[in-house]
Amino acid sequence: MQQSNDSAHAAGYSIIGLVSTALPLLLFAGLCFMWPQVVRGGVYAVQWPWMPSLDIVLHFRLDGLSFLFGLIVTGIGFLVTLFAASYMAGHPHTGRFFVYLNTFMLAMLGIVMADNLLLLFVFWEITTIFSYLLIGFDHESAATRDNAKQALLVTGAGGLSLLIGILLIKTAGGSLTLSEWIASDHQIRQHPLYLAIFTTILLGAMTKSAQVPFHFWLPNAMSAPTPISAFLHAATMVKAGIYLLMRMHPLLGGTPEWMGSLVVIGGVTAIWGAVQALSPSDLKRMLAYTTVMGLGMLTMFLGGNNTASLTAATTFLLVHALYKAALFLAVGSIDHQTGTRRLERLGGLWRAMPLTALTVATATMSMAGFPLFFGFIGKEIMYQGALTEEMFPQFATTITLLSNSLMTAVAGIILLGPFTGKRPDHLENVVDAPLPMRFGPGIMGGLCLLFGLVPWWVSAYLIQPAVHAFSVVEKEVQLAIFHGFNTPLLLSVITLTLGGLIYFSRKTLRPAVTAALDAIPLTGQRGYDITLKGLLATAHAVVDGLQNGSLHRYLRITIGVFAITTAAVWWFNADGWTLRLRSADLPLSHWLLVAVMAVAVLVVVRAQSRILAVCALGMVGGGAALVFLVYGAPDLALTQLLVETLTLIIVSIVLLRLPSLAGPPPGPVSVSRWVDSLVAVGTGIVVTTLCIAITNGTIDRQLTAFFEYNSYIAAHGRNIVNVILVDFRSLDTLGEITVVATAGLAGYALIAKRRQ
Amino acid sequence: METVLAILTGTMVAGSVFLMLSKNLVRFIFGLVLASNAVNLLIFAAGRLETSRPPLIPQDATHAAVAVANSLPQALILTAIVIGFALLAFIFILFSRTYQTLGTVDTEAMTDAEPFAGEDSAKGRRP
Amino acid sequence: MQSYILKTATRLLVGLILVFSVYLLFRGHNAPGGGFSAALVAATAFALFAIAEGPGPVRQALRIEPRVLIAWGLLLAICSGLIAVVTGRPYLTGLWWTPPGLDGALAVGTPLFFDIGVFLVVLGTILTLLLNLEER
Repeated sequence: MQQSNDSAHAAGYSIIGLVSTALPLLLFAGLCFMWPQVVRGGVYAVQWPWMPSLDIVLHFRLDGLSFLFGLIVTGIGFLVTLFAASYMAGHPHTGRFFVYLNTFMLAMLGIVMADNLLLLFVFWEITTIFSYLLIGFDHESAATRDNAKQALLVTGAGGLSLLIGILLIKTAGGSLTLSEWIASDHQIRQHPLYLAIFTTILLGAMTKSAQVPFHFWLPNAMSAPTPISAFLHAATMVKAGIYLLMRMHPLLGGTPEWMGSLVVIGGVTAIWGAVQALSPSDLKRMLAYTTVMGLGMLTMFLGGNNTASLTAATTFLLVHALYKAALFLAVGSIDHQTGTRRLERLGGLWRAMPLTALTVATATMSMAGFPLFFGFIGKEIMYQGALTEEMFPQFATTITLLSNSLMTAVAGIILLGPFTGKRPDHLENVVDAPLPMRFGPGIMGGLCLLFGLVPWWVSAYLIQPAVHAFSVVEKEVQLAIFHGFNTPLLLSVITLTLGGLIYFSRKTLRPAVTAALDAIPLTGQRGYDITLKGLLATAHAVVDGLQNGSLHRYLRITIGVFAITTAAVWWFNADGWTLRLRSADLPLSHWLLVAVMAVAVLVVVRAQSRILAVCALGMVGGGAALVFLVYGAPDLALTQLLVETLTLIIVSIVLLRLPSLAGPPPGPVSVSRWVDSLVAVGTGIVVTTLCIAITNGTIDRQLTAFFEYNSYIAAHGRNIVNVILVDFRSLDTLGEITVVATAGLAGYALIAKRRQ
Repeated sequence: METVLAILTGTMVAGSVFLMLSKNLVRFIFGLVLASNAVNLLIFAAGRLETSRPPLIPQDATHAAVAVANSLPQALILTAIVIGFALLAFIFILFSRTYQTLGTVDTEAMTDAEPFAGEDSAKGRRP
Repeated sequence: MQSYILKTATRLLVGLILVFSVYLLFRGHNAPGGGFSAALVAATAFALFAIAEGPGPVRQALRIEPRVLIAWGLLLAICSGLIAVVTGRPYLTGLWWTPPGLDGALAVGTPLFFDIGVFLVVLGTILTLLLNLEER
């Protein structure tokens, strides 16, 4: 094994990695078989009952939208896994890595194919957890761990919000099964809970898809290995929020709340990401901010309620996934081959890494939106979509224009920075990445060009089936290389010009942006830090207050809470202080018995001698036995007396080994002890009141009547108590003797351990 | 009788709480015994004390003809007494072992598992 | 402890108490008694024995580890319910057999075995704790 590992390392790939490419490849092939059916609008659905009584069914459904996402997840999944097989070669935990990666991919497929909302939530959480594990994969670094934790907390909180939303949907009468819900035409938009549902679902989507103000975790997540950034944080997981919004669009979309908030949030996120992308010198971080921009764009277009906007979102989804994954992987290659991702340390690499340079070229051209590239088509349809937004079309168009211009400039920086100019001395001996690492980005870079050349095919076979799956399409918006001389084309020209201008003034602009960003007092990151610090401080305060290690304190709190809550419940439910006292014609002997017991209790409390206390306790127990006997419970009286006897025996054995009761010398009683007495007396009064309140109410004797009637007839026993114990309620008794047995064995273990 | 029992159980609970709060393991045990007795009596009273006839079916009948004492709480209490005793015996052993190991019955001095807040500057971390 | 009176009396008493315990166990279905109280009575007998003679002789007389009694008791209680499952009824349903010709004077049922299981568990537990405490 060691041998094969070494040879694999020498060859520059991990065998586990190569083997794990089989899973995404098979899934991708499987999806391709379903392609013809899906294009015709067909739907595949399977289901297995899981918790039917709770409306939770393992219900999977594949329609055009799921199919598009499925292709992206498995296709890019395959290429990324192949890349990683080489990139991660020699890492000590490759096995773990590929297990995480494949599990994540399956969970992601689960999200896009789940037809049951709770099932979707389960997969959603699985991707959160695996994202955490993958971001923190190089867990030796504290910064990496913090970043992973941040992603987990932010997206995890969003997941909880999503869960609340799902439960609210159920409350509002919607079905948890998406297809049923759509088919039932249930109008949840008019429901009073609509706003709450929309907000919670939106929060889930915003955290997952890194929308402002929750966007900060995404750039930090770049401490993950690069294939992970490409797969999770560019192509798939961050798109889960987008997917959710798409799925919810026919059910919750189209309202002013939906359209207004999505356009504004998406727009702000897009421009914020685009501006920030100018600043970093780390290529990967730069890409992360452009991803934030892309996610903002997608959200913004989902705010529309017309075919153009939704087609724009769907098209850009694919455009973005392709060029962004390609770029991330290419940056990974650069990092892998040169050991750095910093712009100022890179340059002139096109001769050393020609294929990578070509890949980056096609991908950045697509990103910038040059004609003939897929990105150009995406951009045309984006302008068309922005212009037709129902709410704030001018805002959307301006944002699209500015963001795209900035993207063009960033694309220029990413392409021209590392590959042109003079090659620095330390990069003299750099060669291109090994084949598996060139393959994936190369394919995706090629697709960026190819899809741009055959837009009608992409439109008919990928985009339209997806758009049809989540919206009502009246007139299809076709993709084409050239739409004629219209506003979008004009805007495209402006974009390229403006982008060029920004690129050429980058030397002055970038420091200015960095300085401006540093000057902002409250960012999402700082908000997160403050929240986290506040939470920790609160937790410490609560723990120090409640869990301070003193048994006395715990007991006081527990008993006090019991007394206060019981009293409160009684106070708010009882009809006043009309307690009837029922002790009219009590014989003197009974009074005497109770009085003796009460005195015995006082003796136990005050006793300074163990023997005295034990005797008094025996009197209390014996008194209880007499009470049982007098009121028709001979079984109890017998048992109680026997237990008193045995207790006495055990006490006489054990107590003599414990020190005497002699407490602190008599002196002024401490304040703490007064508080104790207060708690004690208060609890006593609560119990007395409770008991009187119970006995004042009517009693339901149905069960007792049943037992009395059936004891002999059905269970052949004349002692009803015993029949209850061993026949009617024997399962309870079985549980109880198990407790007894456990106590016995635990006590034995304590003593036996001592003997060894 | 229910009202009288109510007052008695209240007294027993008050005494048991006071004992359990006394920071002395021996008194704690006494408090525990009192508490379990009190709860048994409480359940007993809650089942009403209207007759002194035990819940037995006479030899010549198939079911009880006259009103008998409520059998359901009796069944509950019966097992409660025995379980209470088993747990009491266990606690006796636990406490005597504790005393042998730590040499004290003062609960405030038993801080091995949870150091007092502020006793250890590095929270939750024991040297 | 060396008390001849106690020792002699104990020998007589322990047997008597144990017989009483078995009597309580079997009559428990129709009169006050039953597995719980019978076990406590039996435990008192052994406790008396242990006080008079020490825990060693008690163990000799028992011949079986008290811990094992717990296990047998639980097993018996659990199995008494399985008979009902085999015949297709819910777990722990009481099944009765009345020998013909006796006019219903005798009835044997699974709850009886369950009660014996209870008896063994409680007795085993108390003896385990008691004897181990005495031996320290």
